[in-house]
Amino acid sequence: MRNSVLTIALAAITLSYSCAQDPENKVDTIENPPYSAQLIIDELQTPWGMVFLSENELLITEKSGELVHFKNGKKISVKNVPEVYNRGQGGLLDIELHPDYENTGWVYISYASEEGKEKGGHTALIRCKLDNNSLTNIELLYKASPNTTKGQHFGSRIEFDNEGYLYLSIGERGARDENPQDITRDGGKIYRFYDDGRIPEDNPFVGKEGAKTAIYSFGHRNPQGLAKHPDTGEIWDNEHGPKGGDEINIIKAGANYGWPLVTYGVNYSGTSITDKTEMEGMTQPIHYWVPSIAPSGMAFVTTDNYKGWKGSILVGSLKFQYMERLEMDGTKVVKREKLLTDLGRVRDIKEGPDGLIYVAVEGKGIYKLVPKN
Amino acid sequence: MKTFNSSLFILIFIGCFANAQETELSESMMRGSEIYADFCVTCHLEEGEGITNTFPPLAKSDYLAQNRQESIRGVKYGQQGEMVVNGVTYNNIMTPMGLDDEEIADVMNYIMNSWGNTSEKIVTVKEVEAITK
Repeated sequence: MRNSVLTIALAAITLSYSCAQDPENKVDTIENPPYSAQLIIDELQTPWGMVFLSENELLITEKSGELVHFKNGKKISVKNVPEVYNRGQGGLLDIELHPDYENTGWVYISYASEEGKEKGGHTALIRCKLDNNSLTNIELLYKASPNTTKGQHFGSRIEFDNEGYLYLSIGERGARDENPQDITRDGGKIYRFYDDGRIPEDNPFVGKEGAKTAIYSFGHRNPQGLAKHPDTGEIWDNEHGPKGGDEINIIKAGANYGWPLVTYGVNYSGTSITDKTEMEGMTQPIHYWVPSIAPSGMAFVTTDNYKGWKGSILVGSLKFQYMERLEMDGTKVVKREKLLTDLGRVRDIKEGPDGLIYVAVEGKGIYKLVPKN
Repeated sequence: MKTFNSSLFILIFIGCFANAQETELSESMMRGSEIYADFCVTCHLEEGEGITNTFPPLAKSDYLAQNRQESIRGVKYGQQGEMVVNGVTYNNIMTPMGLDDEEIADVMNYIMNSWGNTSEKIVTVKEVEAITK
């Protein structure tokens, strides 16, 4: 009897844990959004990443390999951009500035690169300077290996934290059983570097035999959103899961996020990958999407320009072609809102130096969300 | 007897030929299914059903059945703008995937012979090569 009471109590605890989130979470469509969307840069095909050089000046990566410099209302193509492996989801990917860009001039770019012996490509990270509309002083900071001709899961977002460490996400390159759980292999990881590409001595796998010591966390599938939390300074990611398994995670040193051993999703065919959604030693997501929205880009709202939005996370949906606002209470999602519907695949989102939200949409361009009073 | 023999020979010959072509198609489709799972499935989905109003279906697609060349061109060079598939207007973008001509032929053979689609003529590498922007 005592045993069975204990069992029931345990079951109840387990149940309440695994039901921390409703399995099918609801997204609301709203009638009067607090903005009007204004297309400020048009005719972009796949604007993958963007960064502000100043209030009205941006650098935008086109997946095809073109780097666009938008200045004085005009688009100029930047020269001397490394050749990219433009296949499947690979190409010219994210772009970010050094936290002290004004003094250092460093620009960081991630892309799919063919460098290496094997056929195919894998994610690379460079830093460089922009001089006279050309990239100069190019330094290769990291190149994942081995190359593969697989078309999927390159990652890759770049973000800095408050201490100046540089984070890079790399997807598992379509090799879920080989890469994400193996710290001696690239892919399915989030990496941490010093700003010059050196590996920090206190990275979690430094000293581990055979480990890729740039790895900071593992067990990821394909993180295409990476953002620093404005209050805590933590790095958060969003990542494409399989069907029904897209996630938001808070990135911790040495943590294993479980792919493909635990997931809330299933194969695209509907067949099961695993029946496990949690396992000891594996970090749980703070949110997962059912159905999958295919998240890309991630930004925290830090201003009061849009009523009620401060502290929210904005995420692009490639699959359903909208921008999602997730209202947060700490690390809990309390509300989801569907915005910018029917414009196109939302690839990247940034809060500009002017405190306004800018959104990169495939096949369209860059939209500015002008607040409504 | 002689005529019978030679007719038999011809029949066997045709049979072998048809058989070889079938094997060629099924092998191409097999390779194509891997390409599909790598490059296409995230938008067009597992059964080629797509997402109405967003990503056009491939399964029982009238567009695919009637626009063989345009479809190959779309996969080869990417595609953008309005198109009508099974009565629904789509206005979206498919970026070029960076596939080589053999991979394009394989994936075309796969989608043109799956989920209720059938095509009489196999897509060859030569046919893909000949299609220009």
